[in-house]
Amino acid sequence: QLDRGCALHTAARGGLSSVCSQDVPAERPRAVFHTSESDPAKHTEQHEGRLYNIPLEEVKAVFPHGLPYRFQQQIRTFNEARVMVRRPALELLACLKGSNLAHPAVRYVIYGERGTGKTMTLCHVVHYCSRQGWLVLHIPDAHLWVKNCKELLQSSYKKDRLDQPLQASVWLKNFKSSNERFLQEIKTQKKYMWGKQESTEEGRPLGEVVEQGLARVRSASDAVGVVLRELKQQSHRGSFRLLVAVDGVNALWGRTSLRKEDKSPVSPEELTLVHNLRKMVRNDWSGGAIVTTLSQTGSLFRPSLAYTPQELLGKEGFDALDPFVPIPVPNYSPKEFESCYGYYLERKWLQHEKAHTEDGKAELQFLSGSNPRQLDRLAGPL
Amino acid sequence: TLRLVCTTTAVQRKNAGASGPEKYTEAFIKKQIEEFNLGKRHLANMMGEDPETFTQEDIDRAIAYLFPSGLFDKQARPLMKHPTEVFPEQRKIQWGEDGRPFHFLFYTGKQSYYSLMHETYEKLLNVQKHQDQLIAQDLPLPNEKRNLAGNRWLTKIELEEMLVEKVSDEDYSRFIRLLQKLVALPCTDIEEKYIQKFSKEVPAQLQKVVIEPLQYDEQGVAFSTGEGKRKTASATAVVYDNGTGKITVNGIDILHYFPVLQDREQLLFPFQFLGRIGKHDMVCTVSGGGRSAQAGAIRLASAKALRSFVTEKEVEFMRQAGLLTDDPRVKERKKPGQEGPRRKFTWKKR
Repeated sequence: QLDRGCALHTAARGGLSSVCSQDVPAERPRAVFHTSESDPAKHTEQHEGRLYNIPLEEVKAVFPHGLPYRFQQQIRTFNEARVMVRRPALELLACLKGSNLAHPAVRYVIYGERGTGKTMTLCHVVHYCSRQGWLVLHIPDAHLWVKNCKELLQSSYKKDRLDQPLQASVWLKNFKSSNERFLQEIKTQKKYMWGKQESTEEGRPLGEVVEQGLARVRSASDAVGVVLRELKQQSHRGSFRLLVAVDGVNALWGRTSLRKEDKSPVSPEELTLVHNLRKMVRNDWSGGAIVTTLSQTGSLFRPSLAYTPQELLGKEGFDALDPFVPIPVPNYSPKEFESCYGYYLERKWLQHEKAHTEDGKAELQFLSGSNPRQLDRLAGPL
Repeated sequence: TLRLVCTTTAVQRKNAGASGPEKYTEAFIKKQIEEFNLGKRHLANMMGEDPETFTQEDIDRAIAYLFPSGLFDKQARPLMKHPTEVFPEQRKIQWGEDGRPFHFLFYTGKQSYYSLMHETYEKLLNVQKHQDQLIAQDLPLPNEKRNLAGNRWLTKIELEEMLVEKVSDEDYSRFIRLLQKLVALPCTDIEEKYIQKFSKEVPAQLQKVVIEPLQYDEQGVAFSTGEGKRKTASATAVVYDNGTGKITVNGIDILHYFPVLQDREQLLFPFQFLGRIGKHDMVCTVSGGGRSAQAGAIRLASAKALRSFVTEKEVEFMRQAGLLTDDPRVKERKKPGQEGPRRKFTWKKR
């Protein structure tokens, strides 16, 4: 029955969490690092430091985009997706559970040094919300929208704005695959004109708008804008709850590395996607929550040691996001480090003989400084 | 055969005195000495000091004051020393006016060497006779062995200086073998004074590096400091006991100060070697040099600080592992006519 710790999760889903995870240590001490509870709703402080499994089908459905690249590689290697339950995520989940949806949306900003697990925390929260049935608006990395853009089109809607058809269409595709059923339920409230001939009537499902955006790539950014506006206006009705999850929100208020044809720099307001997203992140709507992450790695023109909201958002961004609930994400605590190390050992990721000893563990802890990203990179060649 | 293992500056100096026949006559040297003394009195007068009590140090200081020189080589600067130090010691002419040599071994060619060998052999025979006497009288033979560990024989160049004549390698080794034979016999006490002329104490290697004791700060936590240098970077490290393995450099955590894994591995090495990875905290300050040099300097400083926490045997292990040695490698000078210290300009055939 308990031959593999992993087999347990796919079998038991509800309510057996505490009992099982306390039984298991008696038989197989390694499985202490895992917990059978794969519903984030039921994660409590007891599960802190443990890894829970997300079935692969769910991963494809909930996270078409959004997981860090290295984590995706790890999923492919180990054939399972294991996310660690950590304290910042638990705090966020507690806040979300206790939040009153009639009030304006609360903004949460996850910040921390490089490689401490902010994106993973965001994904944990996104998983929880999708399990609970919220509509998840997940923007994987806002930095992708402000740099390395090959095509910039003059927006047909507003003269001085610039469109980004490629990024918009990519995002629409992922959005569609993650929130299929909502797109059929939600109806548009206004008539939208796409160019001279096409239009979407009032009362049509949002899915049509998305299809339109995917089919006519030129108007993809406008389609994104329409989707965002509709969701914002309809969320307070209560038929669905909206979660806006933005990774790298400091990209919205920084500088861009894009240039117009006359080589003058583009400021973020001139991009349609960024403009609409900024409106989304303002807390003038109710019926959901906004969870954002600050990220230095993709950010432009910011010092590499900056990680606080003030430094990364700048004055403009800070004023725009104020008030928010800051959630710092630290490096691994000793317990979390042990469970991560134990997981690597169990999956035979650490092949070096010395890695199995206590000394090896102390060395890994010293060299990585208990930083999750450093530990991951260190453990790779071993 | 004896081979020179260590080379010190004493050994490398060439002996100029034994090279050829006299270059300076005795009268010339006497005149030089008179001139030197006169000059010394004049100098003392100039500097306003008492001519009678004017020592060599005072002379050096006065010359450096009167003739300031910016030359790097100290031996190229103006110099005023007693002629016996300036002109190398030489052999006076060994024969008289009638052409007859003074020494009886002159025609061997190496008169001082052979006379030395004869003397030493005479002492050896003396010792053997003494030993026979003691055996004949049935007295117990003194069994004290000389402590040869701290002494070394004169080197070939030092012997050449003593004899003021050239000594070849084979002759030198013969002489040393004879001395060793002499020393190997018991009852050498009578010839101690003679033997001491040819042996020297080996300094410096007997000195031990003093390990500082632990100091205790206000909370009673033991700590110790160490300093290290590597290629223009200098670091000081303070290692505290009862720690969690946290290390701070110039107020910044090592993960941020050394983003490269290689530098952090260098820092880890002393602790890993002693097996004390999570037990000590460290606070260091470092300046100068580059990334690698700073890491090496901190490594040396922390190893020196850890000596106080650890037994002597482990200190010896650390020294053998190379944790406590200064790295003498520095950037080599660029030479003219070359692009770098070793790299030459591209060779063009025409």
